[in-house]
Amino acid sequence: MTSGLWELVLKGAWVTVQLLVLSALLATAAAFVAGVARTHKLWIVRFLAGLYTEVFRGTSALVMIFWVFFVLPPAFGWQLVPLWAGTLALGLTYGAYGAEIVRGALVAVDPAQQEGGIALSFTPWQRMRLILLPQAVPEMIPPFSNLLVELLKGTALVSIMGMGDLAFSGNLVRLALQESAEIYTYILLIYFVIAFLLTRAMRGLEKKLKAQVGKAPRKRESALPEPAGIGGVR
Amino acid sequence: MNWDWSAVSDFMPHFWDGLLVTLRILVLGSAISFVLGLVWALLMRVPSRWVTWPVGIVTEFVRNTPLLVQLFFLFYVLPEWGVTASALTTGVIGIGLHYSTYTMQVYRAGIEAVPAGQWEAATALNLPLRRTWTAVILPQAVRRVVPALGNYVISMLKDTPMLMAITVLEMLGEARLFSQETFRFTEPLTVIGVAFIVLSYLASLALRALERRLAH
Repeated sequence: MTSGLWELVLKGAWVTVQLLVLSALLATAAAFVAGVARTHKLWIVRFLAGLYTEVFRGTSALVMIFWVFFVLPPAFGWQLVPLWAGTLALGLTYGAYGAEIVRGALVAVDPAQQEGGIALSFTPWQRMRLILLPQAVPEMIPPFSNLLVELLKGTALVSIMGMGDLAFSGNLVRLALQESAEIYTYILLIYFVIAFLLTRAMRGLEKKLKAQVGKAPRKRESALPEPAGIGGVR
Repeated sequence: MNWDWSAVSDFMPHFWDGLLVTLRILVLGSAISFVLGLVWALLMRVPSRWVTWPVGIVTEFVRNTPLLVQLFFLFYVLPEWGVTASALTTGVIGIGLHYSTYTMQVYRAGIEAVPAGQWEAATALNLPLRRTWTAVILPQAVRRVVPALGNYVISMLKDTPMLMAITVLEMLGEARLFSQETFRFTEPLTVIGVAFIVLSYLASLALRALERRLAH
């Protein structure tokens, strides 16, 4: 392989990473909104969030990508840049899977924690933010890590729409060299390395978050002056 | 939004063709992944790192790389090596191989969940190793893992459209062909999108019924 072809592959890898980061951000946002909404007390909120997860989990990611690329533009009269169209389709699809993870982790928090929050007259938003999420989020990390690898694998689908990601650059190199074993092995290896790094990073994040559970939030400097020697005991 | 019902009715014959191919991929791919996954899981229990390391590395690699690129690999590289197979066969092998690396973990968990007393009883009864596996461990392990395997069948259903990329005319392939001939994109894509939702919903209902039956 010549250096020009390697440059093509690296450009493709960069597009894949961009798409991965953007759709992971959208998926996380969708997962938390829908997952928290599924524990809401109003049935209509629960129903809408459930509808979103069922529809997007029910259909295939590739069909969703085709839909965003071909059906949305004529229906609404605007065309998305391929990167954003791919982000939208992948983020919403994998966000629906993530919503189930978020809901599961929230439901798994000991009910006594929720009751304790009510007894201390926390508002529902305070309970979610200060009691439920800090305990639930560390539990979400391992399944999220798996989902992130699935999302990475999903990004290859945009190559079918002609977007120049890693898988697409592999096809270009195959056409250029008329030889496929070598280039596809390299492409698969690059995907594997990215997946490996992601899993490692998520494991580190999990460790860090788990260490924080049950600790008081860091106090702001000079927010409350330390009471000096209560009752003369220091 | 311009929706044309006549385009839908024009598409329906192609849709049924595509549905049949999708279901065929699903059935054959599941069969391959169930068998191959069990083979991987058993190989991982061989007490020799000369077996477990290569199997572990290969399956980890297959699980963490995109099915789409694996399909391209099989589709373009196998002919270079002198192996010729139809696109459908290549796709079925690819999807079956990919999912076998998932079912392998399911089987592993199922085998590990068989209580140690069962192993000890088999030893106490002096059962040969082969009979311990076929008559004691596997019947209990497989029963436990059926629901988890079913979940992978549902995710495999949602990955079948990828075979379109290697020219297999399953549902999405038929839809794309129809769109290219008639310049109607909305109707065929929406029809198959709904079809996927309905299929996976029906599959999850069937799975839940099966799970209840097995629980008794």
